[in-house]
Amino acid sequence: MSVMIDNETRVLVQGFTGKIGTFHAKEMLECGTQVVGGVTPGKGGQTHLGLPVFNTMKDAVTETGADASIVFVPASFAADSIMEAADAGITTCVAITDGIPAQDMMLVKRYMYRYKKEDRMRLTGPNCAGTISPGKCLLGIMPGHIYMPGNVGIVARSGTLGYEAASQMKACGIGVSTSVGIGGDPINGCSHRDILELFEADPETKAVMLIGEIGGPQEAEAAEYFKQHMSKPLVAYIAGLTAPKGRRMGHAGAIVSGKGESAAEKVTMLQEAGVTVAPDPSELGSTMEKVMKEVA
Amino acid sequence: MDIHEYQAKELLSEFGVSIAPGGLAYSPEQAVYRAKEIGGHQWVVKAQIHSGARGKAGGIKVCSNDEEIWNAAEELLGKRLVTHQTGPNGKVVYRLYIEQVSEIEREIYLALVLDRNKQRVVIVTSSEGGMDIEEVAATKPESIFRLEIEPAVGLRDFQARELAFALNIHPELISQAVHCVEGAYRAFRELDATLVEINPLVVTKDNHILALDSKMSFDDNALFRRPRISELRDKSQEDSRETAASDRGLSYVGLDGDIGCMINGAGLAMATMDMIKHKGGEPANFLDIGGGASPDRVTKAFKLVLDDESVKAMLVNIFAGINRCDWIAEGVIQAFGKLDVRTPVVVRLSGTNVEKGMQMLKDSGYPVITANTLSEAAEKVVAERNRVINAA
Repeated sequence: MSVMIDNETRVLVQGFTGKIGTFHAKEMLECGTQVVGGVTPGKGGQTHLGLPVFNTMKDAVTETGADASIVFVPASFAADSIMEAADAGITTCVAITDGIPAQDMMLVKRYMYRYKKEDRMRLTGPNCAGTISPGKCLLGIMPGHIYMPGNVGIVARSGTLGYEAASQMKACGIGVSTSVGIGGDPINGCSHRDILELFEADPETKAVMLIGEIGGPQEAEAAEYFKQHMSKPLVAYIAGLTAPKGRRMGHAGAIVSGKGESAAEKVTMLQEAGVTVAPDPSELGSTMEKVMKEVA
Repeated sequence: MDIHEYQAKELLSEFGVSIAPGGLAYSPEQAVYRAKEIGGHQWVVKAQIHSGARGKAGGIKVCSNDEEIWNAAEELLGKRLVTHQTGPNGKVVYRLYIEQVSEIEREIYLALVLDRNKQRVVIVTSSEGGMDIEEVAATKPESIFRLEIEPAVGLRDFQARELAFALNIHPELISQAVHCVEGAYRAFRELDATLVEINPLVVTKDNHILALDSKMSFDDNALFRRPRISELRDKSQEDSRETAASDRGLSYVGLDGDIGCMINGAGLAMATMDMIKHKGGEPANFLDIGGGASPDRVTKAFKLVLDDESVKAMLVNIFAGINRCDWIAEGVIQAFGKLDVRTPVVVRLSGTNVEKGMQMLKDSGYPVITANTLSEAAEKVVAERNRVINAA
């Protein structure tokens, strides 16, 4: 078991024949992911990396039986591609694309709500590193070799900080069940809380690492969820203690614009909910090690 | 992206929001001429900088004759205004907006934001106009009325009416108020705004509803389809280091410390800054070089960091996923070759091709200080910074 993806997952690449799509499709294949084809409008019928290319997601899903997709389509067209995936019956979609207009994402979310909750596509991202279940499936752009199979779940807004967490844990001999990047945009698919729910229900995940940052309400929601519903230990780190208010720190969503959005406030909220917060970013692995020993 | 008050007003008025008669001036002479053109007997001379709270900083002056206008304009042009939003360095005034004084009956607050919690456009309004909304939220939360807009159907008339009645707008003025709110909403959606704030929106003694001050911000990610908005960019209001960076496709934020940073990934960049602080240093900047950075891009980023004279030591922290450590190493070596680097540089590489990258740095012969972990890197860069300061 793992969350969202496993070795049965059949993946379509949206924006398959482009430079970035090609590069990462190869990487995913090398990691053992079942990539079954891709979509580039106008190139249907061709073969790319030995796999079929389709004009539309509907055709691709009908022909391949795919249930997941990964989006590398340029920002100006990416929102449309995500909606197309939802419409074609994809259940898990990862949007890697950075730079999608926020109002486009607002419409994407609205479009997804056309479907009943049980039929609704699960979207992570945009502007994220994707999802990996080490040894089973890579639906993302992370370097596979830094992840060791194991039983700690990771949910992170930042890609590179998620890598940092995984490699620090690996150095402590702690492996990962699934690592999920939820992305740095102000309006995104799954929230921290949504992914915590999945980890809580996953028998293979024994503890969870949450990597948050300044801006937005998602860490507060996660703290509340942990307090009310979670039985598994949670270690958290919030980036941006030195970030000044009102300045955007790289990610479109990393900006303190209101109450409760600074790193210090989020740390307090998490601690008050009983979450163990790593004192600094070099102690992600060691804090998890300590927490897991206490539980055992 | 932010724009000036006068630009926001021009845009909003195109969408049917009423504004007082006014015009732009770049000199005292123009200011006086503008006032004549506009007519009336009293005017406000408003400094145009990208900041609110200009009144408290002395950036807004009420004038009754040519001489007062001339003097106000002369005083304000070229002046550096410091408000609580500009930071200690303030912003320089290069443009003035001259506006006819309105006789105000009451002041209202109106804002449209992209609410991250609701993931929709939310209209926030309060009968307590002219005040900072955070202050209103703290002291008079009952005066705030919120309206959530369904994205597929947009703002409906009944909702705008509801809002107007909640603000106790006189029944005769309801249609004016509805027109104003709907105009602001259309501007928000059609121009890819992230914020439209009209504060105050006023009801005048002669029964007009006017936007007296307004602020608009736009989604940088949507500028590709809003060339008209891009034209409104005023680089004189930006930190010159940030302008140089954004022109090179790098994400940079200037800060007050003296340890320069070059990192890949926004989250890791923030975490590295936190780590520097944790070890007793202060970061001079946030800089994310992004994924797939070529050696050339690394060299450019390097130059950008070292161009800042306050930088006493520099930290390069790369966790290569899409990036490759050997490319980063090549970029660092190129930078040392091209630039006269006198600042101590600490490099920490991790991820794809790390051994190769580290070996290249070692073989280069340049005085690059290497570190294996985030903690070690931060410790070393803070020690180097202290050494430089103590030597000086």
